[in-house]
Order: sequence, then C-alpha cells, then structure tokens
Amino acid sequence: MGPAGFPLFPDQASTIAGGVDRLFFFLVVVAGFFSALIFILIFIFAIKYRRRSEDQKAQQIKGSLKLEIAWSVIPLLITFVMFGWGATLYVRNSRPPANAVEVFVVGKQWMWKIQHTEGQREIDELHVPVGRPVKLTMTSEDVIHDFFVPAFRVKKDVLPGRYTTIWFQATQVGRYHFFCAQYCGTQHSAMTGWVYVMKPIDYEKWLSGGGAESMESSGEKLFSRFGCINCHHADGSGRGPSLVGVFGRPVQLETGETVTADEAYVRESILAPNAKIVKGYPAIMPTFQGQVSEEELLQLIAYVKSLRAAERMTK
Amino acid sequence: MATLAAELPRVEPRVNYLNASYGVKSWLLTTDHKRIALLYLVSITFFFLVGGIAATVMRLHLISPTGALVEPATYNKLFSVHGIIMIFFFLIPSIPAVLGNFLVPMMIGARDLAFPRINLLSWYIYVVGGIFTLYAILAGGVDTGWTFYTPYSSTYSNTHVIATALGVFIAGFSSILTGLNFIVTIHKMRAPGLTWFRLPLFIWAHYATAVIQVLGTPVVAITIVLIALERLIHVGIFDPKLGGDPLLFQHLFWFYSHPAVYIMVLPSMGVVSELITCYSRKRIFGYEAIAFSSLAIAVLGFLVWAHHMFVSGISIYAGLVFSILSYLVAIPSAIKVFNWMATIYKGSISYDAPMLYALGFIGLFTMGGLTGLFLANLGMDVHVHDTYFVVAHFHYIMVGGALMGYLGGLHFWWPKITGRLYPDKWARFAALVIFLGFNLTFFPQFILGYLGMPRRYAVYPPEFQVLNVMSSAGASVLAVGYAIPLIYLIWSMRYGPIAGPNPWGAKGLEWTTPSPPPTDNFEQTPVVTEEAYAYGD
Repeated sequence: MGPAGFPLFPDQASTIAGGVDRLFFFLVVVAGFFSALIFILIFIFAIKYRRRSEDQKAQQIKGSLKLEIAWSVIPLLITFVMFGWGATLYVRNSRPPANAVEVFVVGKQWMWKIQHTEGQREIDELHVPVGRPVKLTMTSEDVIHDFFVPAFRVKKDVLPGRYTTIWFQATQVGRYHFFCAQYCGTQHSAMTGWVYVMKPIDYEKWLSGGGAESMESSGEKLFSRFGCINCHHADGSGRGPSLVGVFGRPVQLETGETVTADEAYVRESILAPNAKIVKGYPAIMPTFQGQVSEEELLQLIAYVKSLRAAERMTK
Repeated sequence: MATLAAELPRVEPRVNYLNASYGVKSWLLTTDHKRIALLYLVSITFFFLVGGIAATVMRLHLISPTGALVEPATYNKLFSVHGIIMIFFFLIPSIPAVLGNFLVPMMIGARDLAFPRINLLSWYIYVVGGIFTLYAILAGGVDTGWTFYTPYSSTYSNTHVIATALGVFIAGFSSILTGLNFIVTIHKMRAPGLTWFRLPLFIWAHYATAVIQVLGTPVVAITIVLIALERLIHVGIFDPKLGGDPLLFQHLFWFYSHPAVYIMVLPSMGVVSELITCYSRKRIFGYEAIAFSSLAIAVLGFLVWAHHMFVSGISIYAGLVFSILSYLVAIPSAIKVFNWMATIYKGSISYDAPMLYALGFIGLFTMGGLTGLFLANLGMDVHVHDTYFVVAHFHYIMVGGALMGYLGGLHFWWPKITGRLYPDKWARFAALVIFLGFNLTFFPQFILGYLGMPRRYAVYPPEFQVLNVMSSAGASVLAVGYAIPLIYLIWSMRYGPIAGPNPWGAKGLEWTTPSPPPTDNFEQTPVVTEEAYAYGD
C-alpha cells in the first residue's frame, strides 16, 4: 500500500497477517483516541484558560476520588481487552499445525542455511508452497539471530544451543523479504534473504530438482559414520537403548523423571549424553560436542524421527 | 510556602554559592550539592554532545539505502556509542544528578544532602566511568549495542567490550550513591513541618527513582562482571558452547534496564508536576494519586522485564504473565497524565518556555506510553519487536519524555541556579523547534517499523528510503533545536537580566532563598506550615 516504491503498509501474505493487522488497527484506534483526547484537551485548556491578565486567578481544585477511580479502572479494563486479544493470537500463532511442511534453518554470522526434509539446501533463500502450513525449526551456530518475515508477521529469535520454531501458511505467490532482526555483528544488516512462495506444483518441481539426498538418508549415513549404530541397535540388544519408535514418546530416565523425546532431547543426548540417562542403561556414551555440526545434528534428528515412521510401517 | 524567609531583608546577598570561593580546587573539592550539580551539568552536557554527534552521523548515513557515509562495522559502533552514552552517561544521571542534586536539599529546607562527601565521590566515580568509556571509543569503539547481548558480547565481538562495560559498571556506582544519598536525605533532613504529604511531587519522584537506582543497579553491575568472566577467562555462563545460557543474560540485563527506563522518566514526571502547577497557578490535582503512582511505577517496573523477550524463546506462559504485568505498569503513568490534565483545567495558564516543555512532555510521553501498549501485547509484539517501531517508541519516552522534562526543568530552575534570566522568546522558539523536529524524526519510524525495517541496520531495502530521509531531515531540525538553548543559556550566565529570588511566582522552599542561593541555602531553617503548591493563597 502507498505510492510506488514508497509503501506505507506491509504486504499481507500469510494466514497470520490478517489477524495481526486487525489487532494493530484496534490498538491504533484506541491509542489514536487517547492521543487525540489529550492533545485536544491541552489545546482547549491552553486557549480557554490562558492568563489574560496578571491578576487572573485559577480555580483551586483538590482532586476527586471518583475521577481517580474512573481513569484508573477504565484504562485497566481496556488494557485487559488488549491483553486477552494479543494473548489469544500469540498462543494460536505459537502452535504449528501437525501437518506442516518441515524446514530446518541454521543461522550463522552472517548467512541463513536452510535444509528441506527432502534434501534440498539453500542459502539466504527459502522456497515454500502457497496454501500449506510450513514449520521452521531453527538454531544458530554462533550468536543469537532472529528470523523475521514482515509480510507473514512472524518473527522468532534463533539461538545457539537450542531449537526454536515458527510456522506460517503463505497465502500469495510471490517474493518476500526475510531479515535477521536480532543484532548479530558486523554484517547484521546483510543477513537478509527472500522467501519464494510458489504454487504447489512448482514447489514440488523445485524440491525434486538436483537429485539431493533426503535429510533422513543423510542422517542414516551419519548414524553409521559416527558409530551410533554400534550401540543403538534397532532390536534393543545394544549397549545403548534402541531408538526405534522413541521420537515423540515419553522416555523414562534413571532419575525417575520422564521426558518427551523431542528435537531438543535428541540434540542434548548427542552433545551432552550424561545430562539425561535412560533408565536401565549405563552412562557410557561419549559426547559428540564439537564433532557434529548443527546441520548434521538436524539430519540425525530427521533420521531418529524416521525410525518412528519405520516402526509404524512394520506394525 | 509560608516560611521565615518572608521576614528576611530583601537584599541580594553579595556572597552566594557561586562566588563564595574561587579557583579550580574550590570546585573539584567542593562538597556543596549545588556546585556538584553544576559539575554534573557540565559533564552530562559533554556526553550529550558525544552521543548527539554519533546520532547525527547515523542519521546522515541512513539517507541512502546502501549507507551514505560509513562501513557497517563503523555504523554498528556508532549506534552502540550513541545508546551507551545517552543512556548511562546522559539520561540516567540527567535530572537526578543535576536538578535533583541541586534541588532535593533546597526543596526540603536542608543545607545539603545527607552525605556531601559521598555526593562528590559519586561525581568522581561517574567521571572515571566516563573516561573508561571514552577510552574505549577512542581506542576503536565497541559494537555490541547498548544491550550487550550474549554470546555476541561475551565471545564473538572483537571490539572493546571490556573497557566499555567497565565504564558502565563504574558509572553504576555513582548512580547507586546518588540514590542512597537521596533516600537518606528525604527521610532524615526534611524541615520542621514538612510532612511526607507536603513534599513537592518532584521529591516523591526522586524518592521512587532512588529506590530503583539502589535496588536495580547492582544487578546490572553483577551482569557485567559475569560477561567479563566469560570473555576473559571463559567461565561458561551465557555461551552455550561453554555450557551457558544466552537467555540468562537477557533476564538479568532487563531486570535492571527496564526499571532504568523509569530512572530516566520518573524524575521528568516530577519536574512536570512542578511546572504545570506553577504556570497554571494552581494546586496539583490528585496529589496522593501522583505521589503513589510514582511508587507504583518503581515497584511494578521491576516485574515486567521479560516483555523485551517475547520472541526470544521464553515459554508461552512466561509471556502471558509478563504481558499482563506490563499492562498494569501502564496504569500509574496514565493516572499521572490525567491528573496533569485536570490540573491545567481552570488554571491561569501562562506560556513561558518551561511550560511549553511540560506540555510537550505530556503529549509526547502519552504517545510513547500508548505505543508501549502495542509492545506489551503478545500477538502484536511478535511483528514489531526489534523493528523501528521499538526505536520510535522508546525515543518518544526517553527523548520526548525524559529529555523534554530535563530541558523544561533546566529552564525553570536556571534563574535559581545562575541568578540570571535567559531570553524567553528564544527559549519558546527552541521548545517549538525541538517539538517539531522530534516528531519529524521519530514519527516516520513507527511506519518504518510496521513495514518491517529491523533496527540496527547499516543498509536497508530501497523501499524504506523515503521514510528514512524524512527521519534524517527531522534529526537536523532537532539538532538546531538543541543548539539554540546551548547558546542562549551560556550567554545568559553573563548577560542575562538578574532574576531575583522568584521570577515565576512559584511556590516551594527553593524559591524563598536568593538566586543564586547562599552556600548554606537558607539563613535560618525554614518552618513549613502548608501543603505543596498552595497557589490559591
């Protein structure tokens, strides 16, 4: 919106954008009303009660409890409405749909490395299909970054040492900016790129181009290369627990606690194996900290995830 | 206020705090709170110029999307220096250390602060902290932003993080000592009859500020030490590669730095209460409401820090709690604005320069506060967080609010401090130029932010250029607006007309003594028999 080359309002290109903009307009109306009220009152009082002669007396008023209560409670109620509306949107936008296309993002000074489950990789570009939810699982190799797509109204910090996620469903084919929004050093403002929203058929074509190996098969190879396979036998006969069907399930720990085997858990178990010991197994696994890259970790996780699917098929 | 001063002979005293003694030593070793206030005035004006120069170069640079002037590495140092200097070495000390130092004893009828030598010490500590930071700038600068986010600051930045952070660490102690001095002074040294609810609201505001300074500043000091430990000897605290947690830093940093915003703006609110009443010739509307809202801000301000972290990966539930607490802290600010509006209602209003600043404060602070409601909003903050929307918002609070209040206060008490009047026409003109320049600089940044332009960008997509050029144009107007008072205030010290003890017809004990006041402030301890702002009598 706005004159050519001089937009005044961002594109609305995701299912989230409309809801955020409605909330924005509500806030603009409330803020505009109170700003106008204060400014107009200042002008009216400034003119009406200006000192016309030196002996003009002010009318002394001590205060009014009724007014104090009114201008405390009314704004409070309005802010509760704001809070409730914003909280609902935040909670809803934080939960990716189960059928989302999964894409993995690794930020590093100063580029974005992106991998698709099917194996396609790209740098500072993100290709996604229109009309399908897409979930990004993100981490950083160094400092804190932030993945921000203004046209989608989504943003989330990308942290070293943990995974954060965002999701969106693009509604319009086109090309949209993404930015690093968390200051990350010298070339921070160059850590930008484009999201290409494609028709599903074009997206499928793009995905299958180049004959890349899927993350799952890359992960399977790493599983052998790092020797994981020597202990984590599929039938549970190894020195470590079998990983078949583990992902997404509760895991019983030596301490008696139960944790869910999610991305963060698998990651931690590779980098700091002694942090959470599975019940009934000795704490003998060495750390792979420093040996396995963030991208390889994501591939290993993809493989561990696929073992769940494999189990389902054998049943 | 009716005091014994009324019975004193109305003769300008030949000896006052300015001419009681001469020589550099008499200033550098002074324990007179008024002289220390002037030492601070000179120091913070210097730092304001340093921070202002950095801002000027930044705004010139941003005229072009590819960056008109400097390399990105230099740009990053410029915004870091601008933020660090303006926040830690200008805004935080501004009103408390200059106007507060000068006025807290005078307003409560005391000869000095409770600990005059600690007061001088706090200035020296401030200067040492400033020298460390200036050294860091001259040695090559720092590029972490004023927020020092880890692990960038603790591991990755190869600029002068330690020297700068040490400067901030040291300056923090100056802030703590000033706060401590105010708390003790306000408790123990009020004149006979000056009960808590007869205190000027300026004093309440400074009391609330002092509480934050004393309770909050140690936390940022500890946090800086932790950064140094990680950076120098690789103790894993914040960097996950060393086993640390990067978000821990943000929790600790904002635990101080959000309340720090109130250190900057609460004193301004105190100033505005004095100005509004004086130029409306009217008692304050809702004294207790304004006084307690200052305390409420000081307390609630400590409970909202994680609203800076809604997109940082904290849990949804933490987000919900901090969002609603952030909305609560908006209410005491709203109460103040409504009470000020009710105060000018049916007043007898004159438009001297300080009043223009006070009205400007109310307008701009209102806009800053209302845009804060967008950022406290979980669903909304996701989009505008870390964009120019935030930059615009906090400049409305810190420049539109805190700085307007400081300039208003400086103009109001200038005749008391120097004994001279400045040219009122120029002062009103400058206030208008600053108001217009400010809005032209920062309003376009709200639009830029909603469009999605991230903050701290040395280069940016071309579609953001028009708004950036508008903002830079506004900044040049603003720079002119700041230059004018600098000139006429210095001019007035020698050539301004003699002010007399009370040129504005203001109430308050500080106006009952001569201008400039004698070293001991009052010839006899005043006795207070009435409430503050008794403009009806």
